[in-house]
Amino acid sequence: MSEVKNLTAPLSEADVRDLHAGDIIILSGTIYTGRDAAHKRLCSLLDENRELPVDLDGQMIYFVGPCPAPPGRVIGSAGPTTSGRMDAYSPRLIKECRLRGMIGKGDRNQAVKDAMREYGAVYFAATGGAGALIAKSIVNAEVVAFDDLGPEAIYRLEVKELPLVVAIDSHGKTLY
Amino acid sequence: MRTVPFDDVVQTVRAMCGKAACLLPPDVLEALKKGSLTESSALGKAFFQQYLENASIAENENMPLCQDTGFAVYFVEMGTGVKLDSGTIEEALNEGTRLGYKDFYLRKSIVADPLFDRKNTTTNTPCILHLQSVPGDKIKITLAPKGGGSENMSALKMLKPSEGRDGVVKFVVDSVVNAGGNPCPPTVIGVGIGGTMEHAAYLAKKALLRPVGTPSTDPRYAELEAEILEKVNASGVGPQGLGGNVTSLSCHIEFFPCHLASLPVAVNLNCHAARHAEVEI
Ligand code: SF4
Repeated sequence: MSEVKNLTAPLSEADVRDLHAGDIIILSGTIYTGRDAAHKRLCSLLDENRELPVDLDGQMIYFVGPCPAPPGRVIGSAGPTTSGRMDAYSPRLIKECRLRGMIGKGDRNQAVKDAMREYGAVYFAATGGAGALIAKSIVNAEVVAFDDLGPEAIYRLEVKELPLVVAIDSHGKTLY
Repeated sequence: MRTVPFDDVVQTVRAMCGKAACLLPPDVLEALKKGSLTESSALGKAFFQQYLENASIAENENMPLCQDTGFAVYFVEMGTGVKLDSGTIEEALNEGTRLGYKDFYLRKSIVADPLFDRKNTTTNTPCILHLQSVPGDKIKITLAPKGGGSENMSALKMLKPSEGRDGVVKFVVDSVVNAGGNPCPPTVIGVGIGGTMEHAAYLAKKALLRPVGTPSTDPRYAELEAEILEKVNASGVGPQGLGGNVTSLSCHIEFFPCHLASLPVAVNLNCHAARHAEVEI
């Protein structure tokens, strides 16, 4: 295993350029959630030249649709979903909104990797199927857009020591 | 004829939904422990530790193992000597699913229309039912909640009979390797061989119900299972698709007679959160 680094989100472009495929990251800070339906809506808003409900500039999106929060907890189980389904949308968010990072599971396509390299974005793998464990690293969760989408709404998450792996870096290197 | 109250089935199913989501069955837990010793990559070993830790948090805190609490897929064996006092078994399963997914805070993942509006039904229903009529006066219900990530990596091919054993091995191994990290490896590989197109798919899903690590009772198929598993694990995909020598925990093949012109093969993968629960009423 390579280096273990503690990082706080949001990340700067310099932070991201300093990450290399295989690095183990312990992430704290603020990130946003978004998966299929939210990505589709964000891109239709871009098509119509309308403002997005969240400013993604320099931010990170975690591809997750969490379980409902049981009483007394901030969120239910919250592991990553398959990132490949977001390949159709991610390059646009990186180019047009300056999205800085993504967290998910599984490989990405060439268009995503190219955009990541050109604009300085990183792709982290979270541990798929470890939703109960990951939920322990989420200390706050608040729906900030598309409430009607239920588990697919956009949440703002405060995370504390979320374990991640740099799966694809901004230099085009990948672990897959 | 034995009569079972409709509501007994509903309540049983409701409880099963919660249990299946939060409790990793002992056979899967055992296979993960074994896998953590076999895995040689340091990162892969770390993932195994996380899976085991995840399973204990899920059990102790009643949290779903995975946020994708799945499509509720039921296999029901209905005795010919038993009936419900009202309604159908399908209605009881749907009602139990609706209550279970609500009361245990499970994610509702079903959209009403697959193509156009894709609006969430908000109840995680309808469920999928595979119903079989058997002798006796019992109702045996098996629930296998199925996540989208691993289900999406399914594959089916109508091979030419001349492609034979080698064709089957190649198709299954390629399907698992191409799936990469998407189905949350280490996976359990379910394979259905024979029957018709839809029956092969059913057999592949049913194969996932066999306790992890139990070989086929037919020695020829048991050998085939071992060969596929070995090839898959030699591929290097590894835990989470990030490299390693444990890509799959087990390969299970179910087979059925087939048409003289056909050789259907279906592959259905289960993730390491291979959930299932069973009750008899
Ligand atoms: S493939 Fe399985 S473990 Fe992975 S996210 Fe889907 S349901 Fe969960």
